[in-house]
Amino acid sequence: MGISNEMRLEFDSRSCNEGFARVSVAAFMTQLNPTLEEVADVKTALSEAVTNSIVHGYEGAIEKIVVECRIEDDTFCVDVTDHGIGIENIEQAMEPLFTTKPDSERSGMGFAFMEAFMDSIEVTSKPNEGTKVSMKKKIGCGKSKFER
Amino acid sequence: MEGGYKIRERNLTVEMPAEIDHHSAQHITSNIDYLIEANGIRSIVFDFNRTSFMDSSGIGILLGRYKKMNYAGGKVMVIRANPSIRKILTFSGVTKIMDVYEGLPEQSDRI
Repeated sequence: MGISNEMRLEFDSRSCNEGFARVSVAAFMTQLNPTLEEVADVKTALSEAVTNSIVHGYEGAIEKIVVECRIEDDTFCVDVTDHGIGIENIEQAMEPLFTTKPDSERSGMGFAFMEAFMDSIEVTSKPNEGTKVSMKKKIGCGKSKFER
Repeated sequence: MEGGYKIRERNLTVEMPAEIDHHSAQHITSNIDYLIEANGIRSIVFDFNRTSFMDSSGIGILLGRYKKMNYAGGKVMVIRANPSIRKILTFSGVTKIMDVYEGLPEQSDRI
């Protein structure tokens, strides 16, 4: 029936790698034969997670970010892991418009975008140990929940 | 990848780059803010004609500039955004506070 496949990327937490991560994940995802909209949704969600690791997890320091993708039947799974400062209050961090960096042009919409553009998101984090964001999206099931 | 900037009187038109993320947003923001200061800009048009990708960093650019223009009684407008960009503008609520046009303002209706 469905294929199963995995990949793993590890890269420096430099902002110039955000585009690299998006393009790599989008290329891996094509084997599920997604629509352009599904690819755009995953790229946006991935970009938010990687940006969070760079801006908040490592606060600009250069460390490693790991992106792991899995295909489970028709579901695309992507995990973004950092070993940065972690999140003290995950519930608060996920509130729309909440940001710890209002001065630096962060809109506070990162997690809201991840929730909106993926089917599910799970965040595990420990202060001073790091954060893992696991997201899933079923591909090829038609319209997204925000399409009218 | 840098966008282009055009100034006519006190109006600034920003040609947004192909990809708008946290990386590219840093340059765009500092360029625009410099131009606003140097030219007494009162209104900004963000042209998304070349843009194929944007995440919430782009929303940060728009909302930050909106606040600046609004404070001085100016306006901000978004033109030529493709469907995936418009989805992000709609979801973030930007379409409620800014005029967003599918094409050029004189050619098409406001969304």
